[in-house]
Amino acid sequence: MATTVQDARAAGLELDVRNAAHRKHPWRWLSALVVLVFAAQLVKMLVTNENFGWDVVWAWLRAESIVRGLGITLMLTVVAMVIGVVLGVLLAVCRISANPLLRAAAGLYIWFFRGTPTLVQLIFFYNLSALLPTLNLGIPFGPVFASVDTNTLITPLLAAILGLGLNEGAYMAEIVRGGLLSVDPGQREAGQALGMKNSRIMKRIILPQAMRFIVPPTGNQVISMVKATALVSVIALSDLLYTAQSIYNRTFETIPMLIVVCLWYLAVTSVLYVVQSFIERHYNRGARHQAPSFWDFLRIRPKGLAA
Amino acid sequence: MSTAVLQARGVRKSFGHTEVLSGIDLDVTPGETVVVLGPSGSGKSTFLRCINLLESLDAGRITVDGRDVGYDVRNGRLHELSPNEIARRRRDIGMVFQQFNLFPHMTALENIVEAPIAVLGEGRREATARAVELLAEVGLAGREKAYPRQLSGGQQQRVAIARALAMRPKLMLFDEPTSALDPELVGEVLATMKRLASAGLTMVVVTHEISFAREAADRVVFMDAGQVVEQGTPEQVIDNPQHERTRAFLSRFL
Repeated sequence: MATTVQDARAAGLELDVRNAAHRKHPWRWLSALVVLVFAAQLVKMLVTNENFGWDVVWAWLRAESIVRGLGITLMLTVVAMVIGVVLGVLLAVCRISANPLLRAAAGLYIWFFRGTPTLVQLIFFYNLSALLPTLNLGIPFGPVFASVDTNTLITPLLAAILGLGLNEGAYMAEIVRGGLLSVDPGQREAGQALGMKNSRIMKRIILPQAMRFIVPPTGNQVISMVKATALVSVIALSDLLYTAQSIYNRTFETIPMLIVVCLWYLAVTSVLYVVQSFIERHYNRGARHQAPSFWDFLRIRPKGLAA
Repeated sequence: MSTAVLQARGVRKSFGHTEVLSGIDLDVTPGETVVVLGPSGSGKSTFLRCINLLESLDAGRITVDGRDVGYDVRNGRLHELSPNEIARRRRDIGMVFQQFNLFPHMTALENIVEAPIAVLGEGRREATARAVELLAEVGLAGREKAYPRQLSGGQQQRVAIARALAMRPKLMLFDEPTSALDPELVGEVLATMKRLASAGLTMVVVTHEISFAREAADRVVFMDAGQVVEQGTPEQVIDNPQHERTRAFLSRFL
């Protein structure tokens, strides 16, 4: 009983979209099958390939030296990000200030630190003593009040903090500036008309609104920073990667140790991802669009999209 | 003279090579409602923004309650004030914007109490009690916890009026307060403004609502091309305009 167009028109008034047959998705089933085959392959390799050395991975995963290396990595991330955010806010405020000298100075800083590789900056700070044997506090061409030997001051740890933090400041400055500029100028005017001081307007009106635009990219910066700290292994600072390297240089268990490193980085970045989603929801108060919930990735049909 | 809340003398302002204000003189006495009419680009909004120094003046002088907003008089000369001192002098001048400019991350109540607490140093309890009263006064009792985007345009503008009133201003400036509203929401905002006018608030209102000018204004000022063309009672200016430019402008509303 083939239905003709004529029949559909005749029956038109009794039909209801509620009872409509759903579209079939044969390609989805086919692609799911392909993915399953690849996944099975991957599982087989993980289980049967002895080069992974899962027993070695498990043994080293919670070894004291590795955990201490992880601690250095986390500490570096936190300190470098704090320096980066504080510096970034200062630079961003300078970049949009009315003072042309401040604008130019901040622009120059950002140009330099964004224009050279982080790795080069790290090595540069590590070798600072070759450029400046002593660091002096005083008046140019005048008296020196205090002087310190660069080699004793700039330890690998300080070189790492300076290299990562000053670099991050340049990137954060652009993020913060973008956030500040995204707030409607009428907001500042409303604050001014109420007799509020500029510092208060910035703190209570502009920054809270700019945060919606600053937080998501800053979360990405933190996650990038966790991984960027691995660069400090080139200046012999015993972070997670350097600790693992010094172990496999001794035991030649290169792949298992690198897997240990990857598992820890994944664990840390996963936690950060959850934290970021909660912070984003907080700063979205009063906004039209709610930030996606962390669990949204588990949904088969995305929320808010016509399925 | 010294009884005037607002005194403007020879106010000039240019943006680039375009002169927007070409010598404005205006006095507003306590309790008076002055409605400024004029075609778009006549400089009326710029003049209003000069009063609380959202725009700086190029020449002339504006005093509010006998003091310059941006300057101190010392030894017979005007001296520029610091941004914080200017902020202090803006307290007494309320302003209502065309686009409302409510703080979107704060509730209606938080919008209203922010400045009294931060600027006037009022206690939170006292400021909150007064904010609740003011919301009721503009017909929004019970909407304390609403965020601006949950309110209609007319409701947002009435919250903005309450926010300005919370500072107990000596002078209120309205910059085209109904121009961004859907036509059916204009009435509620104008009704609120009429109540304030009859309650004796000193107001300068820039608007295109001729009916509001007729019903609420003590004086109507007609501006064109950066100058005050004529002023007088609503009957004089709206019903019996003396100048050709005023007649041409008003004819579009008949």
